[in-house]
Amino acid sequence: MSEQLLIESLERYFNDEMLPEEKAYFEQMRQDNPELDQMVVTHKIFMGKMAEFAERQKLMTQLSSTHDHLLEKGAIAEDQKKISKGKIRQLWHRYKKTTAIAACIAGLTALIISGVISTFGPASRQTIELLSRDIEQLKKTQDYQYTQIKEATKLPEGAVVKSGGSAFMIDGKGYLLTNAHVLKGSSAVVANADGQEFKTSIVYVDHAKDLAVLKITDSDYEPVKTLPYDLKSTSVNLGAEVFTLGYPRNDITYNKGYLSAVSGFDGDTSTVQISLLANPGNSGGPVFNRYGDIIGILSTREANAQGVTFAIKSKEIVQSLESWNDKDTSAVNAAVLNGSRNLKGMNRENQLKSLQQYVYNVKAYN
Amino acid sequence: MNSDQREQQLLRGLAENDTKAIQTIYAGNFSLIQALVLNNNGSYDDARDVFQEAMVILYEKARKSDFQLTCQLRTYLYAISKRLWLKKLKHHGLFVSNTELSLLEPVIPVEEDLEMAEKKDEEFEVMESAFAKLGEPCKSLLEAFYIQKKSMSDLVEIFGYTNTDNAKNQKYKCLMRLKKLFFAQYSK
Repeated sequence: MSEQLLIESLERYFNDEMLPEEKAYFEQMRQDNPELDQMVVTHKIFMGKMAEFAERQKLMTQLSSTHDHLLEKGAIAEDQKKISKGKIRQLWHRYKKTTAIAACIAGLTALIISGVISTFGPASRQTIELLSRDIEQLKKTQDYQYTQIKEATKLPEGAVVKSGGSAFMIDGKGYLLTNAHVLKGSSAVVANADGQEFKTSIVYVDHAKDLAVLKITDSDYEPVKTLPYDLKSTSVNLGAEVFTLGYPRNDITYNKGYLSAVSGFDGDTSTVQISLLANPGNSGGPVFNRYGDIIGILSTREANAQGVTFAIKSKEIVQSLESWNDKDTSAVNAAVLNGSRNLKGMNRENQLKSLQQYVYNVKAYN
Repeated sequence: MNSDQREQQLLRGLAENDTKAIQTIYAGNFSLIQALVLNNNGSYDDARDVFQEAMVILYEKARKSDFQLTCQLRTYLYAISKRLWLKKLKHHGLFVSNTELSLLEPVIPVEEDLEMAEKKDEEFEVMESAFAKLGEPCKSLLEAFYIQKKSMSDLVEIFGYTNTDNAKNQKYKCLMRLKKLFFAQYSK
């Protein structure tokens, strides 16, 4: 038997293609001839290796074609941005349209619901707003003021006004009380009813009560000995007539109203509700009773209702000043503001003439 | 069908070179491995190589009759890929911060599978180089017959032999040469 024939026989033998008699004969030959047997064994090993090799090659081809196929389909990606988000991106691509539609519906629903809630629902926390003037408005007034009394301004060159409001004097040495939220920048200048400006420094801030004290540091300021009002820390009655002075615009503005509830927003006992038209810029302004004594400081108003304004009670102011006094010897003594009452019995115009000198316009800047 | 049965089915498909099964396993696991490699100093090509190597190892495992996967397919592929990549990094002398690579699922004993795969790889390399040394047209002839499993009559047509006997003859000669080349290296 030539070797070629032998190999062919071997292959037929391994592939089980031999007839039974032939197979028996071949096996007999293997037994008789160890050389042949050795050859069969090595060839078998070789064919096995070859088959494995063939399979491996096939798998490798299959894997790389799978890779290309999936890449094309977008099931896997070789892009830095898409990486490790393969699945999500894939889902995104698949559901892009559905998601967009769903988002539209959700957005619309949200709008409708919020509309319904704001129309019919009870007032929420967000419906009160601070009464400090916003920046846009201030820019306008600032420009106006620059053209009017350019020389008089004490704002430093290039200063950006952040917010503004009102303040009133609590000590003739130049201490002014205002809301903490009025002082958004790092410093502030104040202007009196005549438009004269003074530099100040912030000497005390009580964020919890939303109160702050400014001290006029300007040499142009002439201290006053006594103030025409006191800080009435006793309770006030429902329906009491009140009025306020403030700077919702650059000229001092008067407004009057009445005490409409003894508690503030959402039953807040540190504030009172006043029925009074107040505007941004009124923040920090004093609330006077009809005798010209201070019963609080204007701070917030309800956004959704006209004329519903809240003022921090004077009792809170006194407490805040006292706790400052406990910690700091340079603090204002709240007792200074006691027992003057010299505007009692005056008509309103005369009261205002006297009071307006002590109410200041605050411009906080950076 | 629970996920376990599903995985078993996928693996059976892989062992039988079923295209659909291969695609499913590929699509479901490639991104994870790619992220692993890319986050650890690898390139896209590295990721592909590592993943496909891991697939080959899984394939060899799946083909065994006593085969049993003790964990999820994904976990297995991850463990294998992680080892493969670490080895490659070490081979290239690259530094790896262990933070990423050590933050992984419980380590699955894959050392044995890897060792086996390595031995197989060596054999395949021998076979490959034997094929390479064989030269044309022997290489193509044998590949067509033994790898692409073409029939003798196909070979006659493709390689332009006058008859099947001629083709058989030629194939025999080529096979003998390949065998010689293979065993020359294999026995070493």
